[in-house]
Amino acid sequence: MGGGFGERARLQVPAPRSDLSEPEPVVSELDKPKRDLEVPGDWTYASAPESRDIVRIAERYGHFVGGEWLEPAETYETIAPRDEEPLAAVGQGTRADVDCAVAAARAAYADGWSSLSGSERAKYLFRIARLLQERSREFAVLESLNGGKPIKESRDVDLPLAAAHFFYYAGWADKLEYAFPNRRPRPVGVAGQIIPWNFPLLMLAWKVAPALACGNTVVLKPAETTPLSALLFCDVLRQAELPPGVVNIVTGDGRTGAALVEHDGVDKIAFTGSTEVGKGIQRRLAGSGKRLTLELGGKAANIVFDDAALDQAVEGIVNGIYFNQGHVCCAGSRLFVQESIYEPLVAKLQRRLSTLRVGDPLDKNTDIGAINSAAQLEKIRELVASGEQEGAEIYQPPCTLPEKGYWFAPTVFTNVAQSYRIAQEEIFGPVLSVLTFRTPEEAIEKANNTPYGLSAGVWTEKGSRILWMAQRLRAGVVWANTYNRFDPSSPFGGYKESGFGREGGRHGLEPYLEFDR
Amino acid sequence: MTRLPVRKTYKLYIGGAFPRSESGRTYEAEGQNVARASRKDVRDAVRAARAAQPGWAAATAYNRGQVLYRLAEMVEARAAEFAGLCSGREEVEGAIDRIVWYAGWADKLAQVLGGSNPVAGPYFNFTVPESTGVVAVLAPEAPPLLGLVTRLLPPLVGGNAVVAVVSEARPLAAVELAEAIATSDVPGGVVNVLTGFAAELGPWLASHMDVNAIDLCGADGDAAELERLAAENVKRVVHGAADAQSPWEVGAFLELKTVWHPIGR
Repeated sequence: MGGGFGERARLQVPAPRSDLSEPEPVVSELDKPKRDLEVPGDWTYASAPESRDIVRIAERYGHFVGGEWLEPAETYETIAPRDEEPLAAVGQGTRADVDCAVAAARAAYADGWSSLSGSERAKYLFRIARLLQERSREFAVLESLNGGKPIKESRDVDLPLAAAHFFYYAGWADKLEYAFPNRRPRPVGVAGQIIPWNFPLLMLAWKVAPALACGNTVVLKPAETTPLSALLFCDVLRQAELPPGVVNIVTGDGRTGAALVEHDGVDKIAFTGSTEVGKGIQRRLAGSGKRLTLELGGKAANIVFDDAALDQAVEGIVNGIYFNQGHVCCAGSRLFVQESIYEPLVAKLQRRLSTLRVGDPLDKNTDIGAINSAAQLEKIRELVASGEQEGAEIYQPPCTLPEKGYWFAPTVFTNVAQSYRIAQEEIFGPVLSVLTFRTPEEAIEKANNTPYGLSAGVWTEKGSRILWMAQRLRAGVVWANTYNRFDPSSPFGGYKESGFGREGGRHGLEPYLEFDR
Repeated sequence: MTRLPVRKTYKLYIGGAFPRSESGRTYEAEGQNVARASRKDVRDAVRAARAAQPGWAAATAYNRGQVLYRLAEMVEARAAEFAGLCSGREEVEGAIDRIVWYAGWADKLAQVLGGSNPVAGPYFNFTVPESTGVVAVLAPEAPPLLGLVTRLLPPLVGGNAVVAVVSEARPLAAVELAEAIATSDVPGGVVNVLTGFAAELGPWLASHMDVNAIDLCGADGDAAELERLAAENVKRVVHGAADAQSPWEVGAFLELKTVWHPIGR
């Protein structure tokens, strides 16, 4: 399976500048940068492949239950979205598999984990954090291979943050009585956790670390298309000598998730994914008495005022929507630009887009990797087509996409009305809709005009305006003069139909605790 | 010669006014004809709540605290009347003290429930609690006054606007409370009081797309169906206790907003 790296043919080389058919950027005299950085006509990048020898993928994986591998009744193939290469056969979890996993989690909960002292639980979590740091490159390569995200991101974002989450919550495990004044906390029991495919290992860390810190045991279902890093994580658990059954991992598609949600032996469900599925889970759990937290979709407004540092804002806009191919629930997918700077900003943005390198996720130069799956690519294409059909103007920088695998060029829509589907629906791809506003009041009105409320961005040099905007934006995370920053100490989660409950920080403990008072 | 007393008409409290039910319906409770709210009254109440909510949330915490303290003053002044409409003097005093207790929380919630977060990078990062918006409260059947106060004050002190469906069998204390609220500087529409049948009104509130959270404390019977309806717009579903008193009761009706800003020269 090795040997995929080092092939220049697979590398994305940006087209020569002279081929660019982009429209002449419209820049007013005032806004013209004094020293415009011209990209030389023949800039190309030598390939900088990350070796995949570091990671060994088994041909076949079972479910990780009670510290052992459970032979799956049924398997499916998980692939590399960059070239559709089959990577491994993984289990399609059945109700019986979920039964076993929940029973193992219950047994581990009753047999010691819940009564283990907090300081001992902490040391297991610290171990896991350290092991993730030690093996981070291995995980990063696997994450990029199985998920399609650029190695630059899995190496510099996903892995450091995943390890940091375990380290952060490790420290809480023996300090829970200080977290919530005048309350007496205890664990909830067995937590069923269902995570998405956009940050497979990081989402696992967001779920597993606080659950274990609070004394719960876990049955986790990774996303259907990205199970491999979770399965490799089982080896970290082995090395950490975590007691069997404390963490159980059952792979599979939505049916496996449904079996977990419906299981009577689960005390709490934590779900990250689409709003549609989240609503279904909330309905399914009605009357069950089970605890629930939902981290759902978003359609974040990224708002740029005329006094913003434009070059920084452009970087923030690009990071906001093209980070991880736009497969980010908090992606800044609606760009609101103050009318007076609309033209220069869009020109700068289009110029910046033409320097983004789309290509092999395992190449260290790559900015935009592969779309996670054929189904997701289809969804992006469908929504982009609707944008063109409804009358928006599309811009994509010239770039040749590899023939195999799932790819979509970074896309900017201008001339977008608020009613268009591309301005209303979550695309979960590298597609930005640009809208305009005149006053701060109008920006707030438009930004909040969505059933979602996960995140928002504000770009202005005026401090009082940042705070004024931050107060009025109905969103759980507001990034001012930055975007897409994450930290284990920082609570994350949505308003309105973006879900409820917070992950991260002291607040991220609450969903995993019951209180005697 | 004995004077004939002037009787009270027991009406709804919506948007700061005391309308009859638009349906024209009443039902008999505690010897009185009490308005029996309808789906349209629910709609009007939610609309009034939505309109009033941003102003209430934007008031300073100090101001909200004082307004709620004034509500305690208004109830104290009517203590004798209230005593006749609930289990007695003790319940009234409990209700007054609970209002005072929560009034004092208004300007402390952000300090206890929020905080700053030491992120690993050059950013200032803080988390503040904010109101979730419009909250529907199904108040417990009993105690008629203290039960309502217990469920009403947590969303209220957090800056939410409330539509409350009150005790069906003992609604008079709630109507009296609405009169105290109307004279307490709580802006019209911030609290809306519906008398009637919780079983009839609950589903309309649970399924209403402009309600952000619902407290099912007083839901009798099919709470599961209400929870199912609540999923349509991902409502926050709270099973409030009829006699709880805690800032965590307030927290159930709050959102947490985290703000990041770079630090640099």
